This record gives sequence, structure tokens and C-alpha cells, in this order.
Amino acid sequence: MSSSQTSTALPERISISLTVNGETRHLDVLPWTVLLDLLRDHLGLTGTKKGCDHGQCGACTVILDGRRINSCMVFAVMKDGAEITTVEGLAKDGALHPLQQAFIDHDAFQCGYCTPGQLCSGVALIKEGRAHTRDEIREFMSGNLCRCGAYTNIVDAIEQVLGSNAEAGQ
Amino acid sequence: MQQPNAYIGTPQNRVDGRAKVTGGAKYAAEFEAPDLAFGIVVSSAIAKGRIKSIDTSAALAVPGVLQVFTHENRPRTAWLDRNFRDETAPPGSPFRPLYDDKVIYSGQPVALVVAEEFELAAHAASLVRVEYETEPHMTDLDLKRSEAYVPPKKRSGVKPPPSPRGDAEGVFAQAPVKVHAEYRVAIEHHNPMETHASTVVYEDDGTLTIHDKTQGAQNSQSYVASVFGLSSSQVRVVSPYIGGAFGSGLRPQYQLFLAVMAALELKRSVRVVLTRDQMFTFGFRPLTIQTISLGANPDGKLLSIMHDATQTTSTFEDYQEVVVNWSNLLYHCDNVKLTYKLAQVDTYTPTDMRAPGAALGVAAIETAMDELAYATGIDPVELRLRNYAEMDEADKKSFTSKELRACYQLGAERFGWEKRNPEPRSMRDGRELVGWGMASGVWEAIMQKTAARAVLTQDGNLEVASATMDIGTGTYTILTQIAAETLGLPMTSVATKIGDSSLPKSPVQGGSWTAASAGSAVQNACLSVREQIFKYARQMESSPLANASIEQVTFAEGRIHLTNDPSASVTFAEAMQAGGVERIEAEEKASPGMLTSMRYSGYSHSAVFAEVKVDEELGVIRVTRIVTAVAAGTILNPKTARSQILGGVVFGLGMALEEESMLDHNLGRFMNHNLAEYHVPVNADVYDIDVIFVSEHEEMLNPLGIKGLGEIGVVGTAAAIGNAIFHATGKRIREYPITIDKLLG
Repeated sequence: MSSSQTSTALPERISISLTVNGETRHLDVLPWTVLLDLLRDHLGLTGTKKGCDHGQCGACTVILDGRRINSCMVFAVMKDGAEITTVEGLAKDGALHPLQQAFIDHDAFQCGYCTPGQLCSGVALIKEGRAHTRDEIREFMSGNLCRCGAYTNIVDAIEQVLGSNAEAGQ
Repeated sequence: MQQPNAYIGTPQNRVDGRAKVTGGAKYAAEFEAPDLAFGIVVSSAIAKGRIKSIDTSAALAVPGVLQVFTHENRPRTAWLDRNFRDETAPPGSPFRPLYDDKVIYSGQPVALVVAEEFELAAHAASLVRVEYETEPHMTDLDLKRSEAYVPPKKRSGVKPPPSPRGDAEGVFAQAPVKVHAEYRVAIEHHNPMETHASTVVYEDDGTLTIHDKTQGAQNSQSYVASVFGLSSSQVRVVSPYIGGAFGSGLRPQYQLFLAVMAALELKRSVRVVLTRDQMFTFGFRPLTIQTISLGANPDGKLLSIMHDATQTTSTFEDYQEVVVNWSNLLYHCDNVKLTYKLAQVDTYTPTDMRAPGAALGVAAIETAMDELAYATGIDPVELRLRNYAEMDEADKKSFTSKELRACYQLGAERFGWEKRNPEPRSMRDGRELVGWGMASGVWEAIMQKTAARAVLTQDGNLEVASATMDIGTGTYTILTQIAAETLGLPMTSVATKIGDSSLPKSPVQGGSWTAASAGSAVQNACLSVREQIFKYARQMESSPLANASIEQVTFAEGRIHLTNDPSASVTFAEAMQAGGVERIEAEEKASPGMLTSMRYSGYSHSAVFAEVKVDEELGVIRVTRIVTAVAAGTILNPKTARSQILGGVVFGLGMALEEESMLDHNLGRFMNHNLAEYHVPVNADVYDIDVIFVSEHEEMLNPLGIKGLGEIGVVGTAAAIGNAIFHATGKRIREYPITIDKLLG
């Protein structure tokens, strides 16, 4: 393989639209633009974090069409028309989502860098309705690494919100 | 009754919590700038040799690429080593990115591709072609161990081993009970969740505002100024949030150099973000081989301690940390020989990683002590009590405070240690063998000269500021607590500004010294403001405080009142109006007490108890329970303090069972340079962790009695887990991490 064969002409940009935190955005992107980089660099939504860019750490977790995904693992053009919630979209009218408040109350973070991914993952997990015990929370939250080691506090926070949802009959 | 505004020692939520849960907290790669360009680093594919040629033409031809920097076209920088030496540098010649054609370690940056967009830079970087002339490299410590040497030049701030005392060898040879073994701890990489990044904003006047992932804004600032020949007024580093560091941000890393270089050359703002695999191309915790020989009487009393450590360093710097000194700090012994050597390999220089040295040395000595407990048939806790060090025997100093006995006692009680059957393989839960082990921990209580400013305004708001950092440790919160309590204000009236090189002088955040150092500086600045406002309050016409001394009054809720007559009070606003000032400002320093450090040694301590369950057939190890009892002087905020210890314990769990950067000695390269293959603990690995803060009265180190908590949680944890694995399985693994292959092998 010879490097001199490489063409320097760039492919055409592709038009897509995404609804991010309730707002529809139209963008022209390079085909290899990754959703995570689009959120951070093109839309200025830097709440979503890049930790590994390989789907190994979960820092980039967002909620896409109701499912939690690693936004570093999808090209933006693959998700034309999708609806995305990032950490910036969890609070409504200045009121924190109960899990955001529970993270603060249980000190479920230290440096804060994995936190947006943990929150998106946790919010989606609660909606999924499949975590009932601490063991299940631990298991289903294991795609989100926390190097500061706040795991037990993260489980406490999710357990509390799950418990109050159960009490409220949700 | 609880005093209003008495925050010190109470659990408080992080003051930066809301910013962190809403995505509002901005990290180094998240600051915007007009016309921001993006730089991607090309890393060397060989460990040693030279670059024969580097073809950047294809990369440069990509539309939107602004420049490709290599050693051939890099701008001139400073020439002397000292210009590259940052405040934490070990002796030697610091690495200089793109300096010449020489490759001295695998992954070394060899080019920086800068483009209008991240995607274009990434594409263009893939088109840079480098041809190398390779030379033989050596990365295997086992093959270099015979050439190990005592570092000729001491690293500032790192105590070399003390001189030998007594006759350790002779007494060991005659000792009735002997333990002699070699221990290894694998290379670890810090792997903070945020990769290293620098956004360099090129201001209209040509000055630089830099958002760097660093543990020291002023350390980065002075590095940039001295390397690029700028005055300190031309460089400002602003890093309010750091996505973890654990030591990786102590030294300015190469992305900072590259981003600044490109910004100055292009006269344009530039951001350089390292990839996760590039996080394996600078500092790490070095591979350490230790041998320990313990000679003891049958009653367990130590007669002789010999502890030797050999670590790797690079070919260009003599990295050093305190590995072996801890053995005699923990245990009384009259015949002691502690030795420490380095061997050079073709990697980057190791870098301090959470509890540098102690995490390694204590892992070894505390495993050896467990072996001695079995050799003598004495309970591991009892063995440690029989050899308890009442003083720092190497330096012949008393401890400022030491409640390690209480750590053993309270930890053992909470854990239920007395129910332990000492026989290995004697406890079981279904198909799992159950093991209980314990270890001690120790870390130095360090204080560094730090300055802080406090500004009180008439509206009752207080701003405190210091160039210290919060890398997740809770600095914002504890400084807010100290300031609010000292001046008698609600925490919500205090704004804490840190992470900015333009603020009062502070060293890097590290060594567990920030709470003691920045905390004391903030307290001093606030005490100074207190005195000034009290002076104005007394001078007011018909002041109810006119005849009071500052000892007789209380500052609370924005007022000064007589302690024994709260109705006799003056508000801050009244006092300041009377004094004719809009604001009161004070800048003060805090430094370690010379007299105290001449006569006393300050250390924090811990006792760690671990339960493991080991699948007998599969060898799968679970750490189902940890109790850690910590004595570290005043605990400013039990909530964030507990998190510090939890995090340390999880770090120790990683060392015990998971973390290992594997070198391919053929390629001289780390093979598992990603988070799928470099294993850190995940949520499912972590069960119950119980943190006990043992009451410890400390008054000598600093007025608040702070010792620091960043490292102590790590120290001892790996050994406690390893010892529990021995208890469960009867198998002594002396190489951390203890993985399934070693257990079944």
C-alpha cells in the first residue's frame, strides 16, 4: 500500500438533523464525524465527556431515542433524525432531575468527569425498570468507569431514586 | 447548641456539585476560542533510534490543515535543562518534545498536525509517514537489575532511605524466626477519566490564556514561560476543573508544550487533546521489585528489618519516591537496613501516582508481616501491636500524633475480626472460599508554603482565592467551609476561586498537602480580615464592642457580637461603613512550622480489613467487604473525606487485583494501552466499603490539625486484600496484581 495514492480531496459533507435536548439542529458534517465530537465541538455541549473514544469507559453516555448509548461509538450521519438527551437536558426549568440531586446528596462524584455519563446511564437505567437490587445496579452501571472510585455512592444515589419512584407508585 | 456557621468538621455537599451534575463545569478541552484550531499528536512507533525521514506532504495537502510540526520545523525554544524543569521534576534532563531526530521511548510525540477542525486534523495525522532507524532498546527490569544504582542526586522533597542502624544482616542470620521473600507490584498508569488536554487561547495582544489539565496552574505557567521565553505576565493558566489526575498532572505534559508551540507559531488559538492510548506515553507508577527480610523472636518481636527496592527510571531522569522507609516508621526495630536503587530502561520517566512509594513499599512490608504472623502463629493485629513504633526511629523524633492503635481496635471491632479462624481455607460460603486479611497504612502529613487572599465586601460576600487546585479532592468545598466559619458567614456567601495562576502563590496539588496548606492560608487570610473588621467595629461611635478584645467576641451570620451577650452586636456592613471602606482585603501565607518539623514527625495512619471470596474452581476473586479505619487529624468535611478514602480504597483494589501495564519487551511498548485491556475497578467490582475516621487530636502541624487524606486510603489496601486471599486459599501471591492465572498457576 502506498501512501502517495491517498487522495486529499475530501468527501462532501452530509446534511443531518438531530433533536438535542428538545431543540432541532441542522448540521453539515464530515462522514466520519463522531456523535460525541459533534456534541462537544460543533454544538458546544461539552457536558458529554470523552474518556476513551473507544466505547470502553462510558463517559460519553447520552440517551438516544430512549436508550443509553456510548456517543463515541456512532457516526453522526448514522443517527439522522434521532432524539438525544445529554446531561445538559436532564434538569427542567432549572430544577435538577432527582438523580442529579441524589448525586450531590450522596457525593456520588469527585472530579466530576464521569458524572454526566453516569447520570445519563442512571436515568436510563431507572427507566429501563430492570434494576431492583444493589447488585443489579452495580452490574448495569458497570459500563461507566469512575476512576475517583465513587461507585458505592453512585449506587446509593440510584437506589434512593429507585426507592422513591417505587414509593410514588411509578 | 451548634454554633451558626460552624462548618469545620461537618458533612457538607460539594459547593461545585451543581456545576458537575449539570455539565456546567468546564475542563481543559472545553473552553472555546475564536478560530480555534485542533492539534493531533503523532506518536513514535519505535522505542529507540532516530527518525530517518518524516513525510508530511500528504497531511499538509488536506484542505483545512494549517501546519504539521516536527523536529525539522519546530520553533526555537529554551536550550538549558533547567528551563524545562518544573517544580516536581526529578534530577536529570527533562524530555523535550520534537527536540531532535532521536527517539528515546515508544509513543514519544514525533509530530503535531494542526487543522481547522478536529476531524480534519485526525484524518491528516493518519497520513504522516515516518521512517525510523531503530536501535536496540531495553525495557526489562529483570535484565537491568544488576546495573541498578543508588541515585547520585537526591530528588527534592523525597527522603532517601535512612542510614542503617544496628547489624541487620548479622541479627537476621541468627534470628529464631525468619521471613525472606521478593515482592513485585506491576506498572500502573494513572488513567484519570479525562485525558490530558490543553486549550491555548491566543489573545488579541499576543498573550496566552491556557486551560491545561494540570495539578498546578502556576507550575504549568512557569514551565511555559521559561521554555518559550515569555514573561509570566504573558501567560495565564486557568484550570477550574480537572477530571482526575492522581499524579499525572503534577508535571506539565507534552500536550501543553505542543499546544503552546503551535499557538505561538500560528498566532492562533489551539487545542491539543491526547487520546486514551497516548495516556500511556508519559508518566506511570514504575515496576518495583522489593526484597524483605524480617528476623523475629518466637513472640513476634522484630529483631531485624531489611527492605530493599529497585525501580525503573528513564534514561534521562532519575525518578525517585519513598518506598522502603515506611517499614521502620510502622515497626520498632533496632537493626534496620533500608535500601533503594534505580535501573534505567527505555521508557518515559515514571511519575508520582497516588501515594507514590508508600503504596508499593507498604504493600510489600504488610504482606511480609502477614507472613511473619503465620510463621509465629500470632494474630496479625496482635503482631502489629507488639511491634508498634512509638516514635520515628530513623529520625529520632516523636510523632505529632498517632492513633494507629485505635485504628486497629476500631477497625477490627467493626469488621468482626475476633470471629476469624486463622487457619487458611477454614472459612467458606458455598463454592467460595472466604478470607479475612488486614494491613496497616501510613502517609506523611506534609504542608507546603501557600498563600491565599480574602476579600470581604459590604454586601456581606466573601471571596477567597489561591492558585491551588481541585482535582476532585474537594478543595473548593473545604476552603469554603474554613472561610465561612472563620469569618462567621453562611457558606452560600463565600465564593472560592482556585485553579488560576494569577491568584496567590500555591504549589501543585499533591502529596495530600492541599487541605493543610491552602486551608491554613485561607484561614490566615480570613483571620486577618477578621481583625480589620473588628477594629472598625470597635471604633464605631458608641460601639457595643468598644471595650471588648477579639477573644471576647464571636463572628456569626455576618455580625460580631459579645460571646456572653449576643445582643451586643455590630453587623459587618455597619463596621465597614463606619470604617469608610467598601471592602477589606488581606493576603496571607501559611508555612510548615520549622520548630515542629525539627522535633516531630507527622504522619497519618490507617488499618485496613478486607474480606475476599474466592471461587475455588475458577479462582475468581471478589472483595466483598472492606473496613478501613483512618487517623488523619482533623476531618474538615466527613462527607467529602469519606469519598477521598473510598476512592483510595478502590485504587488499592485495582492494585491488588487488576491494574497492570504490560510491556512487550520486543517492541518496548505498553501493549494494553486502553481501558478495555488495562483494567480498573468497575462498579460491579466494588461492594461494601466502610470508612471509620478515628478521633485524633492534632495541634502541632497546623492550627486546624489537618493531615490530609488524598493518599492514605490507597496505602495498605492491596496488602490487606492479598493477605485475605492467602487466608482464603492458603496461597501466597507476592506479585500484584493477584490475577486468576497466578492463583490457579
